[in-house]
Amino acid sequence: MAPPDLRYTKEHEWVRPAGETATVGITDYAAKQLGDIVFVELPEAGRQLSQFAAVGVVESVKAVSDLFAPIGGEVVEVNGELATRPELVNEDPYGAGWMLRLRLTDAAQLDELLAADDYDELTREG
Amino acid sequence: MPYGPHTAEDRARMLAAIGVAGVDELFADIPPELRASPLGLPAPQPELELAAHLRELAGRNRTDLASFLGAGVYRHFIPATVDEVLSRGEFYTAYTPYQPEVSQGTLQTIYEYQSLIAALTELDVVSASHYDGAAATAEAALMTCRATRRERVLVSRGVHRHYRETLATYLGGGEITFEEIPLVPGGPAAGTTDLAALERLLTDADRPVAGVLAAQPNVLGLLEEMEPIGRLAHAAGALFVAVVEPVSLGVLAPPGAYDADISAGEGQPLGIAPQYGGPYLGLLACTDALVRQIPGRLVGMTTDLDGRRAFVMTLRAREQDIRRERAASNICTNQALCALAAGVYLATIGPHGLRDVAALGAARAAELERALADAGAPRLHPGPYLNEFAVHVPGAVAVHRRLLARGVLAGIPLAELEPGDGSLADGLLVCATEVTTADEIAGFARALGEELAAGPPAGDRPAAAIAVPAAGRLR
Amino acid sequence: MSVTGNPLQPTVFELSHPGRGGGKIPHPPKDALERLPAGSRRAAPPALPEVNEPELVRHYVNLSQLNHAVDTGFYPLGSCTMKWNPKINEWAARLPGFADLHPLAPDEVAQGTLRLLWELEQALREISGMEAVTLQPAAGAQGELTGILMVRAYHRARGDTGRTEVLVPDSAHGTNPATATMAGFRTVSIPPAADGGVDVAAFRAALGPRTAAIMITNPSTLGLFETRIGELLEAVHAAGALAYMDGANLNAVLGRVKPGEVGFDVMHFNVHKTFSTPHGGGGPGAGPVGVGERLLPYLPSPRVLRAADGSFRLERPGERPTSIGRLRSFVGNVGVLVRAYAYIADHGAEGLREVSDDAVLAANYLKARLAGLLDIPYERACMHEFVASAASLKRATGVRTLDIAKRLIDFGFHPPTVYFPLTVEEAMLIEPTETESLETLDAFVAAMERIVAEAHDDPAMVTSAPHTAPVRRLDEASAARQPNLRWRPMTGRETPCPD
Repeated sequence: MAPPDLRYTKEHEWVRPAGETATVGITDYAAKQLGDIVFVELPEAGRQLSQFAAVGVVESVKAVSDLFAPIGGEVVEVNGELATRPELVNEDPYGAGWMLRLRLTDAAQLDELLAADDYDELTREG
Repeated sequence: MPYGPHTAEDRARMLAAIGVAGVDELFADIPPELRASPLGLPAPQPELELAAHLRELAGRNRTDLASFLGAGVYRHFIPATVDEVLSRGEFYTAYTPYQPEVSQGTLQTIYEYQSLIAALTELDVVSASHYDGAAATAEAALMTCRATRRERVLVSRGVHRHYRETLATYLGGGEITFEEIPLVPGGPAAGTTDLAALERLLTDADRPVAGVLAAQPNVLGLLEEMEPIGRLAHAAGALFVAVVEPVSLGVLAPPGAYDADISAGEGQPLGIAPQYGGPYLGLLACTDALVRQIPGRLVGMTTDLDGRRAFVMTLRAREQDIRRERAASNICTNQALCALAAGVYLATIGPHGLRDVAALGAARAAELERALADAGAPRLHPGPYLNEFAVHVPGAVAVHRRLLARGVLAGIPLAELEPGDGSLADGLLVCATEVTTADEIAGFARALGEELAAGPPAGDRPAAAIAVPAAGRLR
Repeated sequence: MSVTGNPLQPTVFELSHPGRGGGKIPHPPKDALERLPAGSRRAAPPALPEVNEPELVRHYVNLSQLNHAVDTGFYPLGSCTMKWNPKINEWAARLPGFADLHPLAPDEVAQGTLRLLWELEQALREISGMEAVTLQPAAGAQGELTGILMVRAYHRARGDTGRTEVLVPDSAHGTNPATATMAGFRTVSIPPAADGGVDVAAFRAALGPRTAAIMITNPSTLGLFETRIGELLEAVHAAGALAYMDGANLNAVLGRVKPGEVGFDVMHFNVHKTFSTPHGGGGPGAGPVGVGERLLPYLPSPRVLRAADGSFRLERPGERPTSIGRLRSFVGNVGVLVRAYAYIADHGAEGLREVSDDAVLAANYLKARLAGLLDIPYERACMHEFVASAASLKRATGVRTLDIAKRLIDFGFHPPTVYFPLTVEEAMLIEPTETESLETLDAFVAAMERIVAEAHDDPAMVTSAPHTAPVRRLDEASAARQPNLRWRPMTGRETPCPD
C-alpha cells in the first residue's frame, strides 16, 4: 500500500511536499519491479527541472529505468548516500531511499499527480 | 549434410510427432513469391578433398620470407601452452557466459585477463575485449566525449592510420568531430607529436576538447613523450588516451604511470597469430572514475548462495541488450577467445619473459639499424625507438618490390602506410622482434645494399613479382 | 568483499611464486635497453604472475571443466545457433600458410587468402541474393553499424538529409537500436501485431520522409517467418527508406529464401551462428554485410578484387572515394572467415539446404513435444527456433522461467535464452539446431516433463536449482554494487622479484 500522505505519478515516482520544497523518490512497487537496485544516477544540485522531464537513471542487475521529475523545480539536494548504498531504494523506498529534494516552481503542479488510492489502483491492475 | 545425425527413420518420427507429411509443409509460411532461386554453389566437398584444397590454398601464401613487417601487427614466438589451452572445446565452443553457474571457466579467465591487462597498463578497469586496436581506439574516443560531455577529439598523426580512419567512420554519423595533431617535421623530435601544435589546438575555448589520443610507440616506431601530452590535455579539462602496444609495456612506462585516463591498443602481439588481419584483440582500459563509461562486457568477483567465491558478468545495465538505444556501444560479440590467448600468453612468459621479449626485439632492431645504415639506408628520424623504425631509401616503393622478388619482405613503404605525407615518401618502416634472426638481418642488408648500388632498373620496368605456386583450378 | 567458501580454482595470481616459470624466451643482451631514455622506461616489472607450465596448464584445464560448451552437451540457446563447430575448421584456420600471413603482406604473397576471401564473398552473395558482400565487420553488431552507416551515406549522397529515424520492432535484438544510435539516428520502436509478426499498418503510420531505414530480423526473434515482409518492404521503398535485414536467424532459410530477392537493401550474416564458427566464450565472430545495388558504392574499404588475369588484390587506399571508409584495421577476422569458408565448402548447396530443413524440423519437433507442458504463444509452424512461456506455470506454481532454466542445468543441459524477446511474458527461446540427435531432443523433453512435475509437487527443488553445477546462484547485486573487476595489487611473495 502506498503511504497516504504522498502524491504519485504513473511512472512510479512519489512526491512528499513540505512547504516550498518536496522530496522525490520511486515507489516500493517500482523498486520491486526493478529488483536489486545497483546504481542511481541523479542530477546535480542547482539544476532546474521541468515537470515530467527525464532527470536520472535507476539501474538494477538486469534492468534500467528512467527517473522522471514528478514536479518542476530546482534541485536543492540529492541523496548522496545512494552512491555507495543503492540498496536503500529497495530497503526503504519512502525513507532512506529518497532521491531528490526540489524547490517547487509551481505548487499547483501537485494537483496533476495521483493520490495514494489511485496509485494503488494503478499498480493493482499492472 | 556432414554433421547431421538424423536417419530417415528419425525424420519420419519427428514429422509424425509434428503432424505434417513432409518438411516442406513447415515452410508453408514463406509466400511463394518470396521463395529463393536455386542455390548455385558447388557440390559438397568430402573432408578429405576439402583438407587438400585448403592446404593448397594456404600453400599459395608465402609465409616463409624473411619479414621485417610490423606497422601494428607483430610476429612473436607463441608458447605451445597458448594453442593447447585455446584448443579446449570447453573454451572455444562455449557461448558468452550469461549462465554463470555453468560458465565459471570462461568467467574466471576473463577476470584474470582483466587483472593481467590492469597490471600491464596500471589502470583499474579493463573491458573483456573489443574487436581490435582500431575499434578499441574509436571506443576510447567516444568514451572521452561521454565523460566530458564535449564533442571534439584530438588525435595525433602518430596513431596508426587505420585507427584514425576507423575513428572517422565511427564518427561519421554524429556531432562529434576530430582533428589530427601534426607530427614535428624536423629536428631532434622529428616524427613525434607536435606539442606546440597540440597546445594551440587546445586553446580554442569555444570548442573544448573531450580527449587527446597519442600512441606509444607511435606508428613510426618512435617513443613519444607521453607525460607532457597528458599534462596539456588535463590542463584543458580533456581526458588523455594512450594507444599502446602491449609487449612494449614489458619495458616501457605503463599508461597509469603517466596519468592516462584510458588506454587502448592492439592485443595481437600477446600470443595471437597475424592471420592476415584477425581475429585480434582490442585492448581497452580506464581508471575507476570512468567505469560507467567503458563499453563492453565486464566480469566481477562475487559469491554464490553458499558464500563460495565465483565470477559473473556485471554492470550489465550499460550494455545494448538492456539499455538498447541508450547503450554506451552496440558491441555484443567480442574477442573473448583472443583475450584468453593473451591471458595464457602473459601467464606463461611472466613479467621477466615479457621484458625479455621486448628487450630482445630492441636488441635485434638495433642490429638491424646498424646493418641497414651500413648498406646505405640510414634512419629517417633521430629520436629513440623500441623495435620499429623508418629508414631512408630513395625510391622506397620500387626497392621494396625488388626486395620482395629476392625473398625479403622489407617492411612497408611509408608511402603506402601514410600516403598523404610527402616527407615520408622515401621511407621504409621496418621492425624486428625476438624471432628475427641474425641471418635474416644480414640477408636483408646484403640485398638492400646490392639494390641501392645497382640503382633503378633501366626503362622503369616493373620489377619481377615473386614466384607463387602455380594457380590451381578455380572452384 | 567477504568470501567465505573455498574457491573452485585459485586465480592465476594465487598460483604465482617468484622465480617460477621461465625457459621460454632467451635472455637479451644486458645493454639491450640502455639506448632508451630513462623517462620512457618502466620502473618495475609489471605485476604478472610467475607460474610453471604444469601448474599453469592444469589451471586452465581445471577451469575449462567448469564450462558447459557445445563440445560437452546440448546448448539450445535461442537466437545464438549453437550448432556443432566442425573440427576441420579449426585445423584449417591453424594452417601456417593462413595463420602466419601478415595483413600488410603484398598481394602477390597473399594469393591463397585473397582467393579464399573472394570465393567466400561469392558464396555469400549467392546465398543471400545480394549484389556484393564486405567481409570486414568483426561481428554482427559491427555489421549492423556498417550497414546503417551505408544507409546514411546513401541518403546524404542524394541530398536527402531529413531522414533521422530508424524503425525497429520491439522484439528486435538490443544491438539494432544501439546501432541506430551509434550511427546518429533516433530509434522508433514498433510493437508487433497480434500474430507476432510485423504490424504493417503500424509501420505504415510511422514511415515517412524522416525514415532512413527499417531494421527487421527475418525469421523474427520469435522464430516466425515474416509473412507480410513483401508488403512491408514495398511500403518502405515507397517512402524512400531502405530495408536492413538482421541475418541472425538465417540458419532457418538457407536455400529457401534469399534476402536480396525479397527486396532487402542490406543485411549482415553472423558466421558464428549460421556458418558454424565457434563462439569462443563470447567471440570472435565475423559479421559480413551484403548490399543491393543502391548501397554498392558505399561498401567499406578495402574490398578484395579479382583482376582479369585471375589474380587477386586488395583495393588501395582512396581507390573508391564513395566508400564509408574502414570499420577496423586491415581486412577482417580472416581466421574466422577461413572456418566459414570450410563450412560452406563441405556442405555445398545441397548440404546448406538440409541444414535449414533439419534445423526447422528439430525446432518444430521440440515445440510439438513441449506443447502440453508450457505455453506456446505462437502455434503456427516455427522456423529454427520457437518461444515457449512459463506464464501459466508461474501462476499455478510460482515457478518462473529463470527457475526452469537453472533446473535444466542439473540435467546436463544449457538453458535456453530466457526473458527474450521482451514482448513475451516469462519467455524462453529454444533453438535446438540441426546437429542434435533425436535422443538428445527426447532427453531434453524428458527433463522438461520432470521439471514441470516438480514445479507442482516440489517447487523448492526447482526454485533453488541448480544443485549439481560447480556453483549455486550468484550474488549479482553485490557484484554490481561493489564491483571487484581485477585482482588487487599483489604484495609480499606475489610481487615479481626485480629480476
